[in-house]
Amino acid sequence: MTGLDRASGVADVVPVPVPPAPGPSLSSADDARAARAARARSVAGTVALYVVSLAAAFAISALLVALTHGSPAKVFPAMYRGSLRSFGSLGYTLDNTGPLMIVAVGAIVSTRAGLFNIGQEGQVAVGAMTGAFVALKVHPAGGPVLVLALLAAAAGGAIWAGIVALLRFWRGVEVVISSLLLVFVAEQVLFYALSRTFLLKEHGAGGATLTESDQLSSKVQLPRFGTYPHFNFGSGLLIAVVLAALVGLVMTRTTLGFRVRMLGHNPVAAKHVGINAARLGTVALLVSGACAGLAGGVLLTGQAYRITPTISNNVGWNGLLVALVARNNAWVAIGVALGFGALQAGGGFLSTTGVPTDLVNVIEALVVLAAVFPPALQEVLRRRARRSQAVAGAAA
Amino acid sequence: MSNDVTTILASAIRLSVPLGFAGVGEYIAERAGTLNISVEAMMLTGAYAGAVGSSVSHNAAAGFLWGMAAGLVVALIHANFSHRLQANTFVVGLTLNVLALGLTNYLLEKVSMTPRQVGVWKVPLLWHIPVIGKPLFAERWPAYLLIGIVPAAWWVMQRSRWGLEMRSVGENPKAADVTGIHVNKRRRQGLMICGVLSGLGGAYLSIAEVGTFNSNMTAGRGFIVIAAVIFGGWTLRGTLGGCFLFGGVDALRLALPALGYTINPELLIAAPYVIALLAMCFFAKGLRQPAALAQPFERGAT
Repeated sequence: MTGLDRASGVADVVPVPVPPAPGPSLSSADDARAARAARARSVAGTVALYVVSLAAAFAISALLVALTHGSPAKVFPAMYRGSLRSFGSLGYTLDNTGPLMIVAVGAIVSTRAGLFNIGQEGQVAVGAMTGAFVALKVHPAGGPVLVLALLAAAAGGAIWAGIVALLRFWRGVEVVISSLLLVFVAEQVLFYALSRTFLLKEHGAGGATLTESDQLSSKVQLPRFGTYPHFNFGSGLLIAVVLAALVGLVMTRTTLGFRVRMLGHNPVAAKHVGINAARLGTVALLVSGACAGLAGGVLLTGQAYRITPTISNNVGWNGLLVALVARNNAWVAIGVALGFGALQAGGGFLSTTGVPTDLVNVIEALVVLAAVFPPALQEVLRRRARRSQAVAGAAA
Repeated sequence: MSNDVTTILASAIRLSVPLGFAGVGEYIAERAGTLNISVEAMMLTGAYAGAVGSSVSHNAAAGFLWGMAAGLVVALIHANFSHRLQANTFVVGLTLNVLALGLTNYLLEKVSMTPRQVGVWKVPLLWHIPVIGKPLFAERWPAYLLIGIVPAAWWVMQRSRWGLEMRSVGENPKAADVTGIHVNKRRRQGLMICGVLSGLGGAYLSIAEVGTFNSNMTAGRGFIVIAAVIFGGWTLRGTLGGCFLFGGVDALRLALPALGYTINPELLIAAPYVIALLAMCFFAKGLRQPAALAQPFERGAT
């Protein structure tokens, strides 16, 4: 109810029946000032709404723990210990953040182009697979091979997304549908490669029982900065930050980025100014796939050091969620990815409290819903206020 | 030989029935314009709640009500977020999948239960038909619900006013809105039906087919259901055909090695998705998706 009251308050302070939000208004300077004031007031409301709904997410999680005879008083401090309290655990957080951020950056590019690629989970897996292929089969191992492996990972992800683009622009198959279905095909392709010795299956005794690849030589592992008890992080994070900054700049400051955004925002206008939707759309999809594939490569060379069927381990889905929660803003995505990374790192310490690690997924899902709720609610209220104003205006 | 056919057919039917329940629901939701990817969450929570419900109430049949209620709860969350608050349906769907998997795994470890299994119901006389009698007419009784649900769903969607409204909301929400149909309400209703039926399908998996609940029991069946709707070209007939085809492929995967054939399991697991993609690719004319599928609708927004 408080939300409703606040919204009607916002509507009341607007002096004239002109929508405060961007719209076809011919308002004078006075109206603009009043609208600005109303918006400033609503910023406080927005912050409060976020705080309340995030608090609700954690409260529900705590309630779940308490109801199942756990101790919330132990769970949350344990998660804090595992994610943020010391330099060592901060390292875990940062390691989790890197791949998420890379996936998110790619997702932002394709979503901005109006092509909703949701198949990152599969693209991560394929990227890790092609990366592993190069990292394990190209000799002699060394720095150049590492770079080559990361490039191969990006290429693998791009190829997998390229199938989506091909189906979209050749046969008109919806991107959402084909990218989703290809996730499950990718899982089986990876499984196939991992159970054939001539492809990726581990040689020797381990390969007989486990479905996994050989371990990467230390020469093709991503370098790390610092060592565990001290501040440490893998260079995957650097790749992620550079990539996020790059994409953030390209999307907001270059013609290419403008054209991509135009394609997503108004395809008709884009067509009229001569943008080739198929070509630019394919590029956007390839970039998003390449990012997801690169994230797979970073997972492989930076953390896992060998490829298993579950290497992507929800990084693709979570990266997509990061992008969507960040509302397709690369800069915001950096922060959101850090939050997700911290949650997952914190989950690693849950086992010490006797609470199943799966709680992390519950908390994460509730946090996402809590992050989605405020903007959605405000948008609905704003629309409702605008509509009632329009009705009032028509009556007058 | 006929013994093998019976075995494979029986396993194909058993594996197809849960897909069928969820498939009917997903078909209805998609016709109303929601590409519902939380069907996996609905099935999984349905499976878990079914098991818990049968354990709590000492009654397997009551478990099905629990399963349906759990699916409905997931659907209510999804419906209100996507078709009331207009949050992106894929964000909500993906999140609900994460939530369902995390929550069921968490509760599975923390809450002990002794699920019941529903009984087999044999159709008199027909059950004795050689080869096909046993697979078709000796099923756990909830399977026979499908025989009622499918024609009911067809009649409602194709012959009732409500069904016409549902389809119009999926094809052209603006026009539907102008004629006075509450677009988002219809879409919410579609999701709710999908939730109930998917919960039923999930509960069938746990307390009819297996008799207990295992971690991540649905194992992507929700996505197979989505593939089935796509494969079926958004028709009820095609959807069910897809469900039984994919259930049959799954049965082959399980049965062929035991019968001494070597096959590629990865290919068979990936088959539903590949088949659905190929169908989309090559029968584009026949397989037309609802025009407003996965597009949110806001009143008064141009």
